[in-house]
Amino acid sequence: MKTFLRIVAGLVVLGVVALLAFIFVPVQTTKPTEDLADDWKPAEGQGEYVMYASDCAACHTGKDGDFAGGVAIDSPMGAIWASNITPDKETGIGNWTLDQFRAALYDGIDDEGAHLYPAMPYENFRKLSEQDVRALYDYFMNDVAPVHNEVQKTELSFPFNLRFGIRAWNWLALTGDAGFDPTQAADIQNRGQYLVEGPGHCAACHSPRTAFMTQDGTTAGDKNFLAGGEIDGWLAPTLRGEDSAPQKWSVEDTATYLATGRNNHSTANGEMGLVVEHSLQHLTDQDNLAIAAFLKGIDGADVTVPEDFASLADAPLALEEDAPDAVPTETEKMLSEATDLSEGARLYLDNCSACHFVTGNGAPQIFPSLAGNTLVTADQTEPLISIILHGADVPSTQKRPMHLVMQGYADRLSDQEIAELASFVRSGWGNDAAPVTAADVKAVRDAD
Amino acid sequence: MARQEKKKDVVIVGLGWTGSIIGMELAQEGLEIVALERGPEQNTVPTFKYPQMIDELKYGVRFGLMQKPRNSTLTIRRTQAETALPYRSLGSFLPGDGVGGAGTHWNGQNWRPQLPEYKLRSYVEERWGAGIIPENMTLMDYPFSYDEMEPFFDRFERVAGISGKAGNINGDIIEGGNPFEAPRSRDYPMPPMPHTWDGEKFLNTTKAMGYHPFPSPGGIASTSYVNEYGMQMGPCNHCGFCERYGCYQYSKSSPQTSILDALRRMPNFSYRTGAEALRVEMAADGKTATGVTYFDEAAQEEVFQPADLVILAAYSLHNAHLMLVSGIGQPYDAVTGEGVTGKNYAYQITGGYSLHFKDESFNPFVGSGANGITLDDFSISQIDFEREGFIGGAYWRAGQTNGQPIRSMSLPAGTPSWGAGWKEAVGEWYGHAMGISAHGSHMAYKTNYLDLDPTYKDRHGRPLMRMTFNWQPNELRMNAFMERKIGEVVEQMAPDLSNPSFKKDGAQYDVRPYQTTHNVGGTIMGENATEGPLNRYSQAWTQHNVFVMGAGNFVQNTQYNPTGLVGGLAYWTAHAIRTQYLSNPRPLV
Repeated sequence: MKTFLRIVAGLVVLGVVALLAFIFVPVQTTKPTEDLADDWKPAEGQGEYVMYASDCAACHTGKDGDFAGGVAIDSPMGAIWASNITPDKETGIGNWTLDQFRAALYDGIDDEGAHLYPAMPYENFRKLSEQDVRALYDYFMNDVAPVHNEVQKTELSFPFNLRFGIRAWNWLALTGDAGFDPTQAADIQNRGQYLVEGPGHCAACHSPRTAFMTQDGTTAGDKNFLAGGEIDGWLAPTLRGEDSAPQKWSVEDTATYLATGRNNHSTANGEMGLVVEHSLQHLTDQDNLAIAAFLKGIDGADVTVPEDFASLADAPLALEEDAPDAVPTETEKMLSEATDLSEGARLYLDNCSACHFVTGNGAPQIFPSLAGNTLVTADQTEPLISIILHGADVPSTQKRPMHLVMQGYADRLSDQEIAELASFVRSGWGNDAAPVTAADVKAVRDAD
Repeated sequence: MARQEKKKDVVIVGLGWTGSIIGMELAQEGLEIVALERGPEQNTVPTFKYPQMIDELKYGVRFGLMQKPRNSTLTIRRTQAETALPYRSLGSFLPGDGVGGAGTHWNGQNWRPQLPEYKLRSYVEERWGAGIIPENMTLMDYPFSYDEMEPFFDRFERVAGISGKAGNINGDIIEGGNPFEAPRSRDYPMPPMPHTWDGEKFLNTTKAMGYHPFPSPGGIASTSYVNEYGMQMGPCNHCGFCERYGCYQYSKSSPQTSILDALRRMPNFSYRTGAEALRVEMAADGKTATGVTYFDEAAQEEVFQPADLVILAAYSLHNAHLMLVSGIGQPYDAVTGEGVTGKNYAYQITGGYSLHFKDESFNPFVGSGANGITLDDFSISQIDFEREGFIGGAYWRAGQTNGQPIRSMSLPAGTPSWGAGWKEAVGEWYGHAMGISAHGSHMAYKTNYLDLDPTYKDRHGRPLMRMTFNWQPNELRMNAFMERKIGEVVEQMAPDLSNPSFKKDGAQYDVRPYQTTHNVGGTIMGENATEGPLNRYSQAWTQHNVFVMGAGNFVQNTQYNPTGLVGGLAYWTAHAIRTQYLSNPRPLV
C-alpha cells in the first residue's frame, strides 16, 4: 500500500512538474529556413504581394481600418478576435522583431511567448519561405499605416481559454519542420503547391479536420489534403478526386475562377467569394495558373498549362446548349414541355430558369451551372437555402469588375416552396442529393 | 451663397450612357472626375429585381423609371402662334431618371446611320439639286464623315454588347445581313438574336417580294458577353420587359451592364446622386466655364462644383436647357434665323400596321426590345427623293417586343375599349396579332426649335425650356408613302384583319400618345459657329472647356434609333479630348 501511495505521489509530483514546465517553460521558436544577409531587401511590392497571397485582410481588416483587427472569427468555442497587425507600437505589432513575427507565422507564438489561437493558420504559414517572411515583415512595418486600435480580448469558454492547451494541440498539428518541400512534376506546379500549402492556406478550409480539430492534411503527400472541409456551415468542396472542380475544369477555367470569382461553370459565393475579393484577384495570372496547375496534377493527372488567360479576352461566349451535338437532359425536356410539372419544377421555371435556363447550365462567367454544382448538392443545405432566400453575390474584381448579384426570394417564396424548389434543383439534370424540408428552410430563415 | 465643393478636373452632368462613357475614358487619363446625377442610384439588384420590376402598371403605365414632370419638364407648342403649355403628364417622350439614365429603360435597338445621312445636304444637292429642299427645311451635313466615325461606332457596339448580323463588311455584302448598311470594319460582337414567328412571317413574305430582310440588331445579349472593360451580359430569356423597364438579368446593354461597375473601381472617379445641375458657371470674360452649380436634393441647397472641364451628358433636352440658361452659344431666334442654341430640334416619324390572324399563334409574351426582322429597302439610301416627293426614309420592322396586357393588347379597329365587347375581343384576338412598323427619319426646320419659355419657371426659378414643334409636309408625305408600301406587304400576308396607323395629311403634333423618346437636335454640331453651338468634336464654340454629349448634337434626325450614333459620338468626343484637348486646352477647331 505504502509503495503504491508513494508511486502515486511520485506520479502526481511528476505530473505537476510536467504541467508547470508545460505552462511556464518558454516554447522554442523555429529558426529561419534560409540564411539571408541582414541587409537583404525584398523586391519592390513583394511584401504586399505576400500579404495578398496570404489573405491577411480576410481576418485582420474590418471596420476599424486596414489590418487593425477587431474582426470576430466565430469558432465553436466562442469568438476569436483577430489582432491588430498594423505597426502601431501600443496596440499593433510595431514593437515586434522579425524573429517574433516569424514565430507568429511559423509557431503561433506572439511577442510575449503566448500561444495564438489556431484561427491564425500557422499550420500553413510555417511553409512560407524566409524571403516571403522578411518581405511580409517589411511590408507590415513600413508600408502599412499604424492604426491605434485596442482589440477586444478573446474569451473562450473553459477549457479553451487555457492557452497553454494549445501547446499540446500544436504537438498534433505542427508535424514536420517549417519550410516548403516542392514535390511536383514541373516548376509551375511547384509554385502552385507553395501558394496552396503556404500563404494561400487553402487547407484551412478545404482539408477536413481531425478529431482534435487540426487540419487533416497540410501537404500534397497527405491523404486527406484538400479532401473537403467546412467553414461556417458552408461546404468547402473537395479539390481532389475525379468529380472535383479542378479535375472537371481545365487549368484555365480554374485559374479564371480564382482570378475573377467566375468561370464558364460556376461563381464564387460566400467565403470563397471573399477569398477572391481580398486575395486571389490580386495574384498574377501566372500564379493563378500555377495554383490551378498544381490542383490539376495533385493526384497525377496530366497537366496542360496555357500561356495566358485566353478566356479573359473580351468576347461573346457560346452556350453549351447551342453546340451542334448538345443532347437535352430529361429535366430539360420536362421543363421545356412544362406539362404536369411538380411544384418544385414549376417554381424553378417561374423564378430561376430566366438565368439558369431549362438546361440548368446557366451561362458562361455570369450565371453558374446548377447541374453538378457542389454547392447545390452538398450535404450542408444551408448555403443553398440561404442563397435562394437571400441571394448571393460575386465580388467586383479587376478583370471582371461587375459586382454580380443574384437576388433573394425570401419575400416571394414560403419555406415549403423553397424546400420544393431546393429539392428540385438537388435532383434535376443528374444531380442526386437528398430533399430539403420546410423545417430546414425555416431554420435558415430564422437564423438570419 | 452656394456651398462650394473641392475643385475637380472634370465635372460631368448626368450619369447615363454618355456620362458613363466619358467618365470611363477620362478616368483612364487619371483625371479627378465627379459626375452629377439628378436621379437615384440604380443597380440591377435591387433596383431592377424580379418580379417587382416586371410590373406593367408601375413602370409601363405609370413611368416608374422616368423623370417626374413635377421635378423637371418643359413647355410645348406646335407653332409660334400658339402659347406653349407645360408638359404636365408624360406622353410623347419619356426622359429617363437615375444612374444609367435612359440607357436603363430603352429597347436596345442599336444602329449606325446610313452613308447618305452624314452628308445629307450635299447628297441631296448633288443628286437632285437644292431645289427639292423645302424652303422651311434647315437640312445640314454632319461635320464629320462616316469613315472618321466608323471606329467609334465599332467601339460602342463592342462596349454595349450588340447582337446582330453584318450585311456589309468593308464593302463585301454578306448574305442575310443588311445589304444597305454603311460598310463596317467587322461583324457585330454577338450573333443575332433568334426571332419570333411574326418576324419569320415577315421575313418569308418580304423575301418573296424581292426585299432584303435581316435580323434586327440590338443591345440584347444572344450569348454570354464580356466587353473591353471586363463588364458582362448574360443571355436574354426573351421575357419582353425591356422598354420602360430595367433588365433584371444583365441581358440588356446599359451603363449597368457595360460600364458602371468598372467605372466605380476607378479611384479618381466619383458621382453624386440627387444632384440636379442648374447652370454652368462662367469665368468673368465668359470664354470658359468654371464649373457647375447643382441642387443637392438631400441637403436642399445649391452647391457649386468647380472644375476645369465641364461635360454636359444629360438627356438631349436637358443639355439644351442648361446651355440656354447658362449662355452657351447664342440662343436661336426663329424669326431672324440667327443664333444656334436650340436650333434644329427634330424628332422621329413612325407608323405601322396591325395584322390579325385567326389561325396564327404569336405567343406575344416571348419577345425583346430588339427582337425581329428589319428591312431597309425603303431607307434613305434607297429612295429617289425627287420622284417620291420627300427627303427621308424609314426602316420597317416586324418583331414583338412584349405581350404586356395593358399596353400591348392589339385588338381589331372598332373594338370597344372596355366592357363585354372588349373582353370578348381579347379572348378572340390576344396572341393572334402582329405588327409591321416604319421608323422614319425626321428633318430639321426653321420652325421646330427650343428656346426659353417667357412664362413658366421651374422649382429653382429657372425659366422652363419651350419646345416649338410640329409635323411637316415632308415627313407626312414620307409616312403616307410607307403606309402604301407596307400595305402591299400586308396584302401579301393576307391577315384576317388589318389596321393601318399612320399620321394623316395635315396631322398636328400631339404630345399625349407615346411616340418615341428620340428628341434630337437643339445643341447641334456645325462646321462653324453660325451653324450650331458645337464644333465637330462636340465642343462649345463659345466656351472651349465645355463639351456636350448626346442626340442633341444631331443636325437632323436619321431614320434610325439614335443610340448607336450617340454612343459613337461619345467615343469620338472622348478620343478628341484625350488626344487633342488635355495636353493643350483650346478650341479644337
